[in-house]
Amino acid sequence: MSEKRKVLLDVKGLKQYFNVGRPDEVRAVDDISFHIYEGETFGLVGESGSGKSTTGRSVIRLYDPTGGEIIFNGDDISKIRSKSGMQAFRREVQMIFQDPYASLNPRMKVNDIIAEGIDINHLAKDAAERESKVNELLKVVGLDPSHGTRYPHEFSGGQRQRIGIARALAVDPRFIICDEPISALDVSIQAQVVNLLQDLQKDAGLTYLFIAHDLSMVKHISDRIGVMHSGRLLEMGSSDDVYNFGVHPYTESLLSAIPLPDPDYERTRKRIVYKPQPEDNKERKLREITPEHYVYCSEDEVDVYRKKIEEKKAKATQE
Amino acid sequence: MTMEKVLEVKDLQISFDTFAGKVNAIRGVSFELFKGETLAIVGESGSGKSVTTRSIMRLLSSNANIDNGEILFKGEDIVHKTEKQMQTIRGKEIAMIFQDPMTSLDPTMPIGKQVAESLIKHNKVSKKEGLDQALELLKLVGIPNAEKRLKNYPHQFSGGQRQRIVIAIALICYPEVLIADEPTTALDVTIQAQILELLKDLQQKISTSIIFITHDLGVVANVADRVAVMYGGRLVEVGTSEEIFYNPQHPYTWGLLGSMPTMEGTEDKLYAIPGSPPDLLDPPKGDAFYPRNEFAMKIDAEEAPPYFEVSPTHKAATWLLAPQAPKITPPAEIVRRWAIYAERHNTTAGGVK
Amino acid sequence: METVDLNNVPEKIKKIPANDFQPLDTSTTKERERIATPSLSFLQDSWRRLKKNKAAVISLVFLGIIIFISIITIWVSPHDPTQQNVAYINLPPRIPFLDSINGFNGTANVAGKMVDKYAQANVPDNVNFYLGTDGLGRDVLSRLFMGTRISLLIAFIAALLDITIGVTYGLISGLLGGRVDTVMQRVLEVLSGIPNLVVMILMLTVFDPGILSIVLAMVITNWISMARIVRAQTLKLKDQEFVLAAQTLGESRLKIAIKHILPNISSVIIVQMMFSIPSAIFFEAFLSFIGLGLRPPTASLGTLLNEGYKTFRFLPYLMWIPAVTLSVVMICFNLLADGLRDAFDPKMKE
Repeated sequence: MSEKRKVLLDVKGLKQYFNVGRPDEVRAVDDISFHIYEGETFGLVGESGSGKSTTGRSVIRLYDPTGGEIIFNGDDISKIRSKSGMQAFRREVQMIFQDPYASLNPRMKVNDIIAEGIDINHLAKDAAERESKVNELLKVVGLDPSHGTRYPHEFSGGQRQRIGIARALAVDPRFIICDEPISALDVSIQAQVVNLLQDLQKDAGLTYLFIAHDLSMVKHISDRIGVMHSGRLLEMGSSDDVYNFGVHPYTESLLSAIPLPDPDYERTRKRIVYKPQPEDNKERKLREITPEHYVYCSEDEVDVYRKKIEEKKAKATQE
Repeated sequence: MTMEKVLEVKDLQISFDTFAGKVNAIRGVSFELFKGETLAIVGESGSGKSVTTRSIMRLLSSNANIDNGEILFKGEDIVHKTEKQMQTIRGKEIAMIFQDPMTSLDPTMPIGKQVAESLIKHNKVSKKEGLDQALELLKLVGIPNAEKRLKNYPHQFSGGQRQRIVIAIALICYPEVLIADEPTTALDVTIQAQILELLKDLQQKISTSIIFITHDLGVVANVADRVAVMYGGRLVEVGTSEEIFYNPQHPYTWGLLGSMPTMEGTEDKLYAIPGSPPDLLDPPKGDAFYPRNEFAMKIDAEEAPPYFEVSPTHKAATWLLAPQAPKITPPAEIVRRWAIYAERHNTTAGGVK
Repeated sequence: METVDLNNVPEKIKKIPANDFQPLDTSTTKERERIATPSLSFLQDSWRRLKKNKAAVISLVFLGIIIFISIITIWVSPHDPTQQNVAYINLPPRIPFLDSINGFNGTANVAGKMVDKYAQANVPDNVNFYLGTDGLGRDVLSRLFMGTRISLLIAFIAALLDITIGVTYGLISGLLGGRVDTVMQRVLEVLSGIPNLVVMILMLTVFDPGILSIVLAMVITNWISMARIVRAQTLKLKDQEFVLAAQTLGESRLKIAIKHILPNISSVIIVQMMFSIPSAIFFEAFLSFIGLGLRPPTASLGTLLNEGYKTFRFLPYLMWIPAVTLSVVMICFNLLADGLRDAFDPKMKE
């Protein structure tokens, strides 16, 4: 029995096109819809060119969406025009970026980088309070206050990423979009950052949109997952459903390509190649196949997929 | 896989001169590479894996010093060879492929010419012969329509295809040793899988030995026959793939294995090694890993451990293997793996290691 | 490193007391996250690199001395640079310590014979003109100081205005992008098509020739290259993640320009400025030389060259001296700018 969970972010028909009308038009995000419940982590997975990063940037209004609605906490933020409205939104939603080497201003001290949000929103009444807030944030992400007077280039990738997290936390947001925050880090450091994000979620009640291309890490941290390819959402469901019972051909090919630290498994793994279906005139969209498990398909393919899911589930219970 | 040694590194020590002082990047590394095998060197950024392989190619920066050690290639020490002598080895007998396919290729030269260049220079063949061979290699690495594409430029290919071209360039002279420095890190996971399959396939056909550098243990499990784990400029554990994955002994290896999500995915939290890799300007005394090691003992802070031999093919540099060391329980994930190893080796008749 | 056979442990290992194998207290965050290298700001780091470049350091020292002398001589000068003295015209250099060297002892070669010109002109013994006098009896050395001062002054003012106008224009054009950027760039292209000399002559018809008109003419044309460079750098930085991060924090565009973009392009601006100074000096000299620049008795390196050129055959030193000074100043600025560019832009991470 599930209580009615509050939907914090509801994306409806989001379109993000670049160079509209010109010969080099790019449809980075092409009509996607998904929702995120408060307090959960929604993983958005895809390879390069899938549109996952663009989705994140559209939601945080770094771009102006070409079409569709983005409803955050009840308000359609794709339509905000006023400065005060935008400022309020920017306190609620923050972003963590991918490249630890480019996401921090090389000429600013770490203290000032973290305190930027505090300064913009006047969250500290004097320099002493600002300093104590910054030191607190440094501690929360596992760094030492003495690191505040140093410059970004003196830190390792993992440490820089933690500085980026501290910067996002400084304004006390409700929702954080993590745009491939661990892709550029070593595997052992990835675990640190992921654990930190999970701890923060528990302590501060945060909601995450976690964008990544590493499906096994996404599965670990996410409650629900969406799989993107060429600007479309091809499959969406709980992380268990997508990872263990993913049925869209692209999901299957993605799952079969992930290497795991297990030589026995690796020796027997057979890779499935994804061949995009030829254009036929059937209307395709995300349809619910089993409860809370959606697949991008046409009307007549629904039954085929349902059977596939049931077969996979049956096989799993046998093992 | 024969036991003929193609490459042997003995007690290599390399330091860099920086404004802040001497950075001891490599502090006594020794390993062997046998003919036909793939040796994976695993480690985090800053562990020294790239420096090690660049020293084999003698491609270190000007402020680097090889303070000590030998690098024996086919029995000959190449540390003291001149640049001219090294040029006859690089590309012909020892080849290297790098991480970023975007910057590994010359954007102003057609790819046919780039692939043929190495062959023409080293084996002194004619331009036509070189291009013919280049075509063969491009077909071998799976570039579709290779004849038509010989005249294309790198920007006309995708990332995965570019990496294939890079591999073709490296292999055209049929080198003894191929050093692959994180060749798939920048690629999508499906493309990565293709490239790894390609490398394994080519290894058979060209019978080259591969040193594969990566920080991704999944990739290691896929390609490696033997694994060397590097930390703080030293090799902390070396063994066969099976031994490293199912019978690891060094706490750092445990940390690496524990920090990846498992197939079952039932764990709540990943086992994360706390802290960051050591600053090699001022390396810690003793075992460089001790500040981040939850199983550290007093002696780890005093004296660096020797290698303890677990099997003829498996050694680990940790005081935990000394007879006086207390018996500790490793993390759950490692216990699970040890169980698989124990089961496998008790049920195998004849005591095969 | 040796390998220990677990079936045959050597004595020295067995001898290690069991107590040493007790657990170690887990380290604090400080030990784990310790950074050993000292902290250097970008400027400190660049200065350190600059110091290694001998040519740049020597140029810096030279320029420092020249600038210092130029300023000091406003109040303290060997002689008054504008004071004419018909009695003392065209005297050769006389430096007291170098009495024995012909050329520095007040004698000149007149029809094959060395004649003491100072005695001829009845110059008192304690009055020396270290670099001689010109056709109107003015001390060359003092005029050289004045000339250098004025040339440098014009160049610095022009450079400063270049920066102010050029950087602002480039930042706005780059940051706003879109149609604004396109329009602004087209304007630049039109402006850059106008030859400098034409602008200068236009200025002369409107204003009296002098420092003001020269500075204005230089500024109207020189800021264009600065604007283009700043725009290119801004475009490069605009898409960097730290700028995006500032946007997601709600930072205003103005603050982003000042806090994030400007500090990261400051090195390019400084280098560009350093390079534009010698060309400004030369431009002024050229104008003055062809008579479109400053009018006498104001001295600038260009007017000195102009005056010296007229009597080059008989009194070569009147032209050599300002020419050498001009060359040295320009070379020093170029070497310094080169060194700064390398210092600011490290290609190799050490």
